[in-house]
Amino acid sequence: MKKVNWMVVLSGVAVGIAALALSALGNPANMGFCIACFERDIAGTLGLHSAAVVQYMRPEIIGLVLGAMIMALVKGEFRAKGGSSPATRFLLGALVMIGALVFLGCPLRMMLRLGGGDLNALVALLGFVLGIFVGTLFLKRGFSLKRSYTLGTAEGAVLPVLLIVAGVAFLLFPALFKVSEKGPGSMHAPFIVALLIAMAVGAFAQRSRLCMVGGLRDAMMFKDFKLLYGFVAILIVTILGKLALGGLKMGNLTPFKLGFTEQPVAHSAHVWNFLGMALAGWGSVLLGGCPLRQLILAGEGNGDSAVAVFGMIAGAAISHNFGLAGAAGKPAAEAVSLNAKVVILSGFVILLIISLVNLPKEKKA
Amino acid sequence: MVDARGYSCPIPVVMVQRAVKAENPQNLTVLVDEQVCVENVTRFAKASGYSVTVTRDGDDYRMELKK
Repeated sequence: MKKVNWMVVLSGVAVGIAALALSALGNPANMGFCIACFERDIAGTLGLHSAAVVQYMRPEIIGLVLGAMIMALVKGEFRAKGGSSPATRFLLGALVMIGALVFLGCPLRMMLRLGGGDLNALVALLGFVLGIFVGTLFLKRGFSLKRSYTLGTAEGAVLPVLLIVAGVAFLLFPALFKVSEKGPGSMHAPFIVALLIAMAVGAFAQRSRLCMVGGLRDAMMFKDFKLLYGFVAILIVTILGKLALGGLKMGNLTPFKLGFTEQPVAHSAHVWNFLGMALAGWGSVLLGGCPLRQLILAGEGNGDSAVAVFGMIAGAAISHNFGLAGAAGKPAAEAVSLNAKVVILSGFVILLIISLVNLPKEKKA
Repeated sequence: MVDARGYSCPIPVVMVQRAVKAENPQNLTVLVDEQVCVENVTRFAKASGYSVTVTRDGDDYRMELKK
């Protein structure tokens, strides 16, 4: 029985259109939406790292969480919970971010880049699929970060409230924050417009449970293709949108261009694009969802996902403070630092340890 | 009986999958506490040939799977 879940498709279409619109309105090319990049920019605007080109208070992150929270409240699905291995989740969030930033994009941006014809993203997708596959091997053997518990409502409000405060403070007292004057951080759609678009996307994503990791994971584990339709919808909308509108020179919406070279905010260090997204894929499976899904769950009151988001922001700061992020536009040989290579490989060891120690203890004969 | 309360998806689905694989029960009770898990377990159960009835018990959902 193959029943297409139209809510997921609609959600994917909404994300695709939103990403095209946000690039046309000023966000960087092939980066209308990128959870990893935007959390990295937030880490930058807060002064947690000093990479001058990637600092901005991205309203998309705030909007996604708020949109999901409002929808969850309306549907009676908002529930504060937590306590499922929070420290491990923090670490996993950081590793997912470090892997994603070597490639220069979260799983969502990977699809947007692929939709724009950037074949480096295809290499990354192969790594992502492998990472998810490895993660599912442990899930099948009973891996879990243990159960969570219902908590006071205030716990579920921590991340949404912090983001609102940060957003309001940014608008009222911009001098307190660092803002890029050039580079990707300087390119952004108008704050309020981006906020509203992201809120709509967050609401859709809450309803449909859209997740870049979940689609491939469920297909591999249960032959359940529900979430995969959303993943494919994003790709199709992006390709069509770029073919149709890319020539109109709207903002930073670039035309569809197939190839490896001269792609926006990208590099062609294939081995490390592959391994970076393999790390992100495996880590995301252990977390239970991609970076986008973590934001949506945090909006639903999930404190464990909020901790993963904090971990991702910390991971972004570590990435830039230690020179781990991929260097956009550099030749393949120089795009990924030795530090990054060491950390990526160590990251796999850490994921393996986390995967093994969280398998069930008792074994049935 | 699979008590998957407190677990986030896809773990509850994996727990049900493992229970079905191990014992292939005619009837299985599954407890979950998230709407999304009800949806996911239902999809998996139906694909595995079970009928599903769900009753809500406070914050929890009790799912009865029958072959």
